[in-house]
Amino acid sequence: MSEALNEAVTTSHEEVKSSEELVDQTLVKLYFCTALTFLTVAMLAGLLMAFQLIRHNPLRGIELFSPGRWRMVHTNAIAYGFLANGFIGALHWIVPRLTLQPVFSKKLSWLIYAAWQGVVGATAVGILLGEAQGLEWGETPVWVDPFAQLGLGLLALNFMPPIARMKGPIYVTLWYFMAMFVWTFLTYAMGNFVPEYFVTGTSAGAVGGLFIHDLVGLFVTPLGWGMMYYFVPILLKKPIWSHGLSLVGFWGLAFFYPLQGIHHFLYTPIPMFLQYGAVVSTIAVELVVTTVIVNFFGTLWGSGSAVKTNLPIRWFYTGMIFYFLTCLQCAFQVTLTFQKIIHFTDWVVGHAHMVMFGVFTMWIMGMMTYLFPRLLNRGWYSLKACEWHYWLSTIGIAVMSADLFLLGLFQGWSWAALEPWDASVEISYPFWILRTIAGLSMFAGLLVFLWNLLKTWTSVPEQTAVADVSNAATA
Amino acid sequence: MFESKAGILYIAGIGFFVLAFVSNALVPALMYNDLPEQTVEELINSNLRYQFEDLARRYPDSFKEAYGESPGGEAEHDAWWNEKCAEALRYGRKLYVGEGCWHCHSQFVRPVSNEEQRWGPVSRSAEYQNELQRPVMFGTRRVGPDLSREGGRRSNDWHTVHFFRPLDLSEGSPMPEYPWFFDGSPDKPNARGLAIITYVQWLGSWQESYPYYEDYVPSRERPEEEEDAEADNEDAAAEDDA
Ligand code: HEC
Ligand code: HEM
Ligand code: HEM
Repeated sequence: MSEALNEAVTTSHEEVKSSEELVDQTLVKLYFCTALTFLTVAMLAGLLMAFQLIRHNPLRGIELFSPGRWRMVHTNAIAYGFLANGFIGALHWIVPRLTLQPVFSKKLSWLIYAAWQGVVGATAVGILLGEAQGLEWGETPVWVDPFAQLGLGLLALNFMPPIARMKGPIYVTLWYFMAMFVWTFLTYAMGNFVPEYFVTGTSAGAVGGLFIHDLVGLFVTPLGWGMMYYFVPILLKKPIWSHGLSLVGFWGLAFFYPLQGIHHFLYTPIPMFLQYGAVVSTIAVELVVTTVIVNFFGTLWGSGSAVKTNLPIRWFYTGMIFYFLTCLQCAFQVTLTFQKIIHFTDWVVGHAHMVMFGVFTMWIMGMMTYLFPRLLNRGWYSLKACEWHYWLSTIGIAVMSADLFLLGLFQGWSWAALEPWDASVEISYPFWILRTIAGLSMFAGLLVFLWNLLKTWTSVPEQTAVADVSNAATA
Repeated sequence: MFESKAGILYIAGIGFFVLAFVSNALVPALMYNDLPEQTVEELINSNLRYQFEDLARRYPDSFKEAYGESPGGEAEHDAWWNEKCAEALRYGRKLYVGEGCWHCHSQFVRPVSNEEQRWGPVSRSAEYQNELQRPVMFGTRRVGPDLSREGGRRSNDWHTVHFFRPLDLSEGSPMPEYPWFFDGSPDKPNARGLAIITYVQWLGSWQESYPYYEDYVPSRERPEEEEDAEADNEDAAAEDDA
């Protein structure tokens, strides 16, 4: 490993390495394919739960298909199997390019890949065998936790050296990534060990809330935005509109995001002054988010037609619109007035899908649409299929979230009006059916994408000469 | 500072994280430090013991298979029941977590949205200060009703039939069926079935108001007995004010 370090240090003074030397493309491809596999599993699990809710679960009464267990597989496969793998693949592409340094050790990269799939696989098996841990988003069985922790540590170890070796100020993307390595490691440790071994009851609830929130806010979000700050200027061929706003966005997010944990448990016995604190910082972050969005739309200004012609850009900006909408929605849903009605309802499920699918999945899909041709040195087999993927996904998620928001309100009002429980279930059916249809549309989008990828891989000849496609080190 | 590596690493990365941890996690932990954490053995009360022994009476064969038979002698007898009951509670909780019940059922009653009338007294911190709430089972989603006051509300028989096939008791219920808690039919719960029912019967068994039956008139039924309901509501409101 020290060899790798020396090599990197000596070469940094020489001419810039080519992208092939910097980036382990095979590994990036592997990460992306693994991510897509887990997304497929996760969507099937989501569909199973959706069919259970509309009482048409074809696999009912079979222990290994217990819908409760598959619901946990659904969220965990999304978070650790799909998002994490997709993002780590992106890190392997982006970090060496931005720093012009290879990762700390390529062998370690492969070890991390293998170890992480072991962790995700063990999590899935553990949950299916009924060994889940009682922590939302941390259902990873307790005996997997130390390995996951180790994996996250190694990940930081692998990516921090190239960033550390850079001289002078670093680009926005790397702010997000650097902070993320620290945050994710700490968040995982806090969420999985503290409520299990150190505190109980109400305080464990506070830690659990902080964990749910830090996981989405300090792991998923910085990776997502880091990616956007990298890809959007490259694709639009111009710099980010305002560096000042980038600064506001990063520091505002870093400060306010972690303070919101308790908003997941409002009206619990957690002390009220802490709940107010979480509510206020949640509203504050909405203002920060607005600055980020303004910055990106400022960047797009004047090149708006790219949204029509450039598919990755369209994925990215659609995601940003959903991001803005979902955070705006949150600024309302977090207030105690809204909480009375929407907490516990499908409204929150709508929020979770809108942000996890509508934002981060879209960004990863956009990135894959952009990178696969470069990784495979060939154009897409069918651009029409790419369009279908986009539209099926976008319409699916728009319908699903609108449907669930509305349903959430109805459920909340029904409960507050003290209608019998069955009544709230009864009004849910039409909405749950629509959500299943929307889910099928999203799933169909994924299948189209997978088919297109397979076709591209197997039937389009490789074009080694296309410099524009393969050599992006300068881009 | 704002763009330097050290600033990002130490201030944003570590500093802000620690700030949030201290304010959002450490503060409540310290505030509740003086509430002792109860062990499972300490949680067993007479209400729960009654339900547990009732299970043994109703399903003697299943019970014997899962827990054996109580020894003679008054003192040993009592200790034996408590020990088995604690075992069932621990296992029941493991099943509750493992089956993802907590993603469809919450365990706290909020002071808003008339939840007090539907489910009973608002939750207090002390109720959660025990081994079975590690990690806490608050929950964030209600596909089904809150369960924190469920104990004693339904009979053990009701639960067996319900877990075996919810649709048989609750029309249109989306709750999954759990045939693997049974040896083939609802009258033969296995160790898992007995444990999950014990756990559900424990919920709320520590309350003064146990068992809490729904103390409200569902709005659907109101037209038929409008006057009574109106009067009841006023009474309840008067009590609240006091
Ligand atoms: C898909 C979501 C879902 C899952 C998972 C689920 N339930 Fe339910 N549960 C419901 C719904 C909906 C109801 C209300 C309708 C009914 O009574 O069946 C309910 C009702 C109940 C009731 C009756 C409450 C009452 O007094 O009316 C109990 C007890 C219960 N569930 C326990 C459990 C346990 C224990 C588990 C895990 C083994 C579980 N549930 C898993 C949705 C779910
Ligand atoms: C700044 C914008 C955001 C705000 C203000 C916000 C606010 C909230 C609030 C208040 C809740 C709790 C609602 C309730 O339980 O009643 C919630 C839940 C949730 N949020 Fe966000 N959120 C934001 C962004 C995000 C992002 C970026 C993600 C994902 C990466 C995300 C993922 C989730 C998920 C998954 C839940 C559901 C948690 C659960 O399973 O209970 N949110 N959000
Ligand atoms: C095929 C499409 C999908 C379907 C049918 C589907 C269905 C479901 C269902 C039924 C639930 C349980 C909701 C409940 O408790 O009432 C759920 C939860 C969840 N799903 Fe999906 N899902 C799909 C795709 C996705 C994708 C792609 C993501 C993320 C990228 C995602 C993220 C989540 C999250 C975060 C939750 C937890 C919500 C919460 O706890 O509040 N889902 N999904």
